Amino acid sequence: MKNDYHIQSYCHIRNNDISLNGNSLYKDDADSFSEFIKAVYKHLKIDYSKFFKMDSLSKLAFIAADTLLVEETEKNIGLVLSNKAASLDTDRKHQESIKDYPSPAVFVYTLPNICLGEISIKHQLYSENSFFVFDSFNAEALHTYANSLLDEEKSEKVLCGWVNFDDGKYDAFLYVVAKKGTFVHSIAEINRLY
Amino acid sequence: MSKVYLSYNNIVSSYGFDTASAIQNISNEVPGLQLIDDKNVLPNPFYSSRIPQDKLEGKYQELHPKEKHTRLEKMLLVSLAETIKQSGLKINQRVGLIISTTKGNIDVLENGSDFPEERAYLASLGEKIKSFFGFQNDAIVLSNACVSGVLAVTVAKRFINQNTFDHVFVIGGDLVTEFILSGFNAFQALSNEPCRPYCKTRTGINIGEVAASVLVTRDSTKLVDESVVILGEASCNDANHISGPSRTGEGLHRSVESALKQAKVNPEDIDYISAHGTATNFNDEMEAIAFNRSGLQNTPLNSLKGYFGHTLGASGLLETIIGMHSLNQNTLFASLGFQELGVSAPLHIIETTTRKEISTFLKTASGFGGCNTAAIFQKVSE
Repeated sequence: MKNDYHIQSYCHIRNNDISLNGNSLYKDDADSFSEFIKAVYKHLKIDYSKFFKMDSLSKLAFIAADTLLVEETEKNIGLVLSNKAASLDTDRKHQESIKDYPSPAVFVYTLPNICLGEISIKHQLYSENSFFVFDSFNAEALHTYANSLLDEEKSEKVLCGWVNFDDGKYDAFLYVVAKKGTFVHSIAEINRLY
Repeated sequence: MSKVYLSYNNIVSSYGFDTASAIQNISNEVPGLQLIDDKNVLPNPFYSSRIPQDKLEGKYQELHPKEKHTRLEKMLLVSLAETIKQSGLKINQRVGLIISTTKGNIDVLENGSDFPEERAYLASLGEKIKSFFGFQNDAIVLSNACVSGVLAVTVAKRFINQNTFDHVFVIGGDLVTEFILSGFNAFQALSNEPCRPYCKTRTGINIGEVAASVLVTRDSTKLVDESVVILGEASCNDANHISGPSRTGEGLHRSVESALKQAKVNPEDIDYISAHGTATNFNDEMEAIAFNRSGLQNTPLNSLKGYFGHTLGASGLLETIIGMHSLNQNTLFASLGFQELGVSAPLHIIETTTRKEISTFLKTASGFGGCNTAAIFQKVSE
């Protein structure tokens, strides 16, 4: 095990605020996640019509990832995301629709890894994908799995983190693990930045 | 890095409650799929393989449960209890638990469920399995669409190689529910006949139900006759579409190439491919293109969906276990339902069950979100 990796950058989206490396990029007092995330999309001048078809979990993961990857040139970036609610927010919508007319456009988002697909499509990443589900933020597992992808040369960098959307509440913390960077890639440091 | 092996295993399916019953029926080309008329699940009759409820309940009660479990939990507990028992392993800090599922206890969202919505959280499912067997580590739940089952095996290997664990029990399971069938039906992907992967007249998928479990270990003294070593594995995204597979088979092709490279084997060293083969038009076509790009068009290949249907989060694990037995028995199992090739690039579909000396197989899977996984397994040499 080499295990001398670094955290290159990190992004939070929570409490109507999006920040990059601890510095707020945009905040407002929108009443709902959908209003807030749309305002972020406009503020960051992202021009990507597929965004509007995404469910809330994918929107959250997509914007956080885009913030970290917009100037990234490396394409072999593994994606290792996790959360608590999986795709339950959309699952409830699909379950509710069964008695009427279930929609393929909703059903496809009843898998948490769809957000990995959305990120991969936007940034043209033909890389490793894994979506884990834990009761709460699990720095140990993310740390181990990112080290594994880098040690075994499956990925040059790894986009890791937590992206949870449940019943209107949201929390995203994504970070890029690389061979160089400002912060040491350790469990303690991941927890501190979280 | 030490070698990582797949060892003790169990399959709970419509065929029975052990791997042997599944292998026996597959050897005899007996389909596990049957026409089911259950209006609680789908208004129209559908083909599926389901675990008999009364027998499952009996097997579950033999475990003397002290609390109530959901149907999926019962399936997983029954399967894992058998694998743990066979292995004789003592559960300690060095033993991990990985659960592969796409939807977990999604049926608790239905009206009239006996369980609270809380049980739909996958970590809750993980906690129930963990506490039942007294695992000391929290369950790692992997939910990565239809590649989850085979990806879970590779995740276990990676955690072992990072020295987090010496042994990992991997279990996979998903239910046949109204939730799933209505969704695939909305995609017009469900077949109203037994599915026929790669066949010219294929009409879509069937959804089936199994629970499967395997011990992944670095301990070469904890092996069984059908044990295999994991030579290489990879998981690459198509970066193309969230519900449709890539027309160039990009992610699957890259996964296979990366797995071959890590395994240090050439395409001609692969004796058998256990493919995904859902029997949808797009999936099977994509696989044919990807395998041709990797020079695997002449390698004997099957899909096991004609026996079990698509068992979602369990499928990759189920099919890996059957691949282990295929190697051990030196037998290529027929790709049930296949009649005439119906993809645009050549493939060597196994039409009848055949005896052949085989030592290395490739398992692949692909799924929604553009995900693909390939893993290469080999018999354990003395």
